[in-house]
Amino acid sequence: MTITLTDTDASAIASELLLARRRAGSPSMGMVLTLVVDVAEAEADDAMRAAAAASTEHPARVLGVIRGSVRGTDRIAAEIRIGSGATGETVLLRLGGEVAEHAESVVLPLLLPDSPVVIWWPTKSPDDPVADPLGSLAQRRITDAAAAPRGKAAALWTQCEHYADGNTDLAWTRITGWRALLAAALDQFPAKVTAGQVSAERVSPSADLLGAWLADRLKIDVDRTTSRGPGITSVSLSTRDGEIAINRPDGRLALFSGPGQPDRPVALKRRETAELLAEELRRLDPDDIYEATVKSLLRIHKRAAESRA
Amino acid sequence: MTAPSTGSRSNPARNPLRDPQDRRLPRLAGPCGLVIFGVTGDLARKKLMPAVYDLANRGLLPPGFALVGFARRDWANQDFARIVHDAVKEHARTPFREEVWDQLCEGFRFVSGDFADDAAFDRLRQVIAELDDVRGTRANHAFYLSIPPRFFPDVVGQLKEHGLAEQHDGSWRRVVVEKPFGSDLESARRLNAVVSEVFPPESVFRIDHYLGKETVQNILAMRFANSMFEPVWNSNYVDSVQITMAEDIGIGGRAGYYDGIGAARDVIQNHLLQLMALIAMEEPTSFDAQSLRIEKQKVLAAIERPRRLDLGTARGQYAAGWAGGVKVQGYTEEEDIPDDSRTETYAALRLTVATRRWAGVPFYLRAGKRLGRRVTEVAVIFKRAPHLPFTETATEELGHNALVIRVQPDEGVTLRFGSKVPGTAMEIRDVNMDFAYGGSFVESSPEAYERLILDVLLGEPPLFPQYQEVELSWQILDPIVEYWARKGRPEPYPAGTWGPESADRMLGRDGRAWRRS
Repeated sequence: MTITLTDTDASAIASELLLARRRAGSPSMGMVLTLVVDVAEAEADDAMRAAAAASTEHPARVLGVIRGSVRGTDRIAAEIRIGSGATGETVLLRLGGEVAEHAESVVLPLLLPDSPVVIWWPTKSPDDPVADPLGSLAQRRITDAAAAPRGKAAALWTQCEHYADGNTDLAWTRITGWRALLAAALDQFPAKVTAGQVSAERVSPSADLLGAWLADRLKIDVDRTTSRGPGITSVSLSTRDGEIAINRPDGRLALFSGPGQPDRPVALKRRETAELLAEELRRLDPDDIYEATVKSLLRIHKRAAESRA
Repeated sequence: MTAPSTGSRSNPARNPLRDPQDRRLPRLAGPCGLVIFGVTGDLARKKLMPAVYDLANRGLLPPGFALVGFARRDWANQDFARIVHDAVKEHARTPFREEVWDQLCEGFRFVSGDFADDAAFDRLRQVIAELDDVRGTRANHAFYLSIPPRFFPDVVGQLKEHGLAEQHDGSWRRVVVEKPFGSDLESARRLNAVVSEVFPPESVFRIDHYLGKETVQNILAMRFANSMFEPVWNSNYVDSVQITMAEDIGIGGRAGYYDGIGAARDVIQNHLLQLMALIAMEEPTSFDAQSLRIEKQKVLAAIERPRRLDLGTARGQYAAGWAGGVKVQGYTEEEDIPDDSRTETYAALRLTVATRRWAGVPFYLRAGKRLGRRVTEVAVIFKRAPHLPFTETATEELGHNALVIRVQPDEGVTLRFGSKVPGTAMEIRDVNMDFAYGGSFVESSPEAYERLILDVLLGEPPLFPQYQEVELSWQILDPIVEYWARKGRPEPYPAGTWGPESADRMLGRDGRAWRRS
């Protein structure tokens, strides 16, 4: 069921949400969090679809915020979607006029009481998420450096510089599968790693993070080489006994090889945004490992800059 | 259920890529293989194979994982792969993905033979050696006995004879057995002797799939992670506890197993007593396997049978009737069931726990087939408020407060309490507050078998009952079943109803009634 409200305000939207739930015959709500999606009109459809898919795993009130032109009179329009196969509730807000600069005043009254708030910027994100008026409402702030409209490499760099507890980036989420395999590899071959290499397409924030993570955990230098992609294509770790390598030329099935062991195929598919988002929503406390990786990446960058200078 | 115990898993502290803070990284089993005996059975097709696929799909199986089927069929590896493929397509929880299948299917092997056939076990040994070579399973293998217990001695003996149970430095061999763990204390002991002669206790994994269910594990989270339940979790506030496991189906194709076993041995001995232990046990000092078992064993040892078995137990056998709009036959008319069968298809017990916490609180357990609907739940029923400052008419419709843990289906928790009916008069009526597991968390939570198979491969034992628990449960149940055996046929009840009248009278004598689940 979709309800459209025009020329409205937060309290009218809130009471419509309650009414819609009653009409659907279920006055109780099992939602566990509010997910705010700060998005541009052009990307809103895809983003809301991914958010809805993620909310089947974490029932949420999804608040999409589209900020239009600040010129003209104040306008708030809301598209409320409840039921019909979806879990949770979805509200897509279109703001225009001066109110577009005060989106947080519309969002604040619509947050679920007591439950955590997560904000996600599907494409363009503020340089300092925690200082953003919407971002400051959330305890978890999800950016996506790889989806930045331009300057993807710089986007990750900016996010790292402004890291605050609760920040996270989908470029980091994308490498969980790689990290799990590499950790399992070292479970099997507990030898000391002396060097590492990450190969990926030229601009790949995920590859940078993976390299920084390995460098931080293993206290080694990690070479970053360029391949034709898609995404990350191989990671290798050198040990005294030989090389541990994971090769994924097709973004789908990887080949895992280790010293004195037969090569084995392992599924390592690049995941959809909805899956990444669902993983992010699983834990809402600060990600310490991400923080350490971010710091490691900053160190690597600084060293590289110094050696260039 | 943290704290990796012993086993082949290398110490995470030594692996610099692992960090307890890094909770995104899943627990991945090390290199290993799974050998399933009785691979043609229903359980293997509907639960085990799909669970293996779902684990792989979630990225929890090691690269190079091997699955070996053993059965008396003339199959080649490809035939076996096709059987697995069909089973996965039909029953897996997660969508079928080609790359996951590619990862798995190279590790499929099939060994054809009889359990008494030396040559077949010789072939099995070769296959396992070949897998260690080609797939890098490193001599780590779990043997899943998805076969009737009467074959255990054969298979376990063969495993020993062919050196398949030997664990060499750093590698492991584990054996997985399914319930029933015997049919009485005597047979449970014999069975245990057979298995424990070959495998050390820490290598034996007894699967009670109920303990792998998210809702059952949630009992511990609910009780011990919250502060609002524990203060009332005792005889000062609890009036009684009802544990129900009802099935709407009959015995179906299980006649051969079910007749002579009955409801009490089939499910009360394991599932219901385990549920009762989780509800009644004291708080473990930590969540490792050892501490959990200590508490479970303590409470199982404190469970007391009713003094008068005629008044404190009830049993029934379903007769022909209408169940959910379908005309169904009675138990004795089912195929392969003798006309004079005395097997109970419904059993109810009144147990007590001799501890300070539970003194005087009856635990009513009931289990049966062809009952009103399929439901498993634990209802903790509280005492009425000692004083009600309302008129009697105001509270006429107010019952006991209750906390209901719905194990399946519709997993969740219901809290039942009184609330004012809107209107001018003061009138109080029971209302429900619902927490639906599916509503607040993962839409498709992992199947119990996924969790359990993964735990076997990881060597994490908290969810598996140990032999002592099995023995204690039989000690509770044996005298009751023996008493029933002397008392002729069970009382018939029409299919599709909530059991025999004697069960209602059993609660009626205590001034209580069964919840209509």
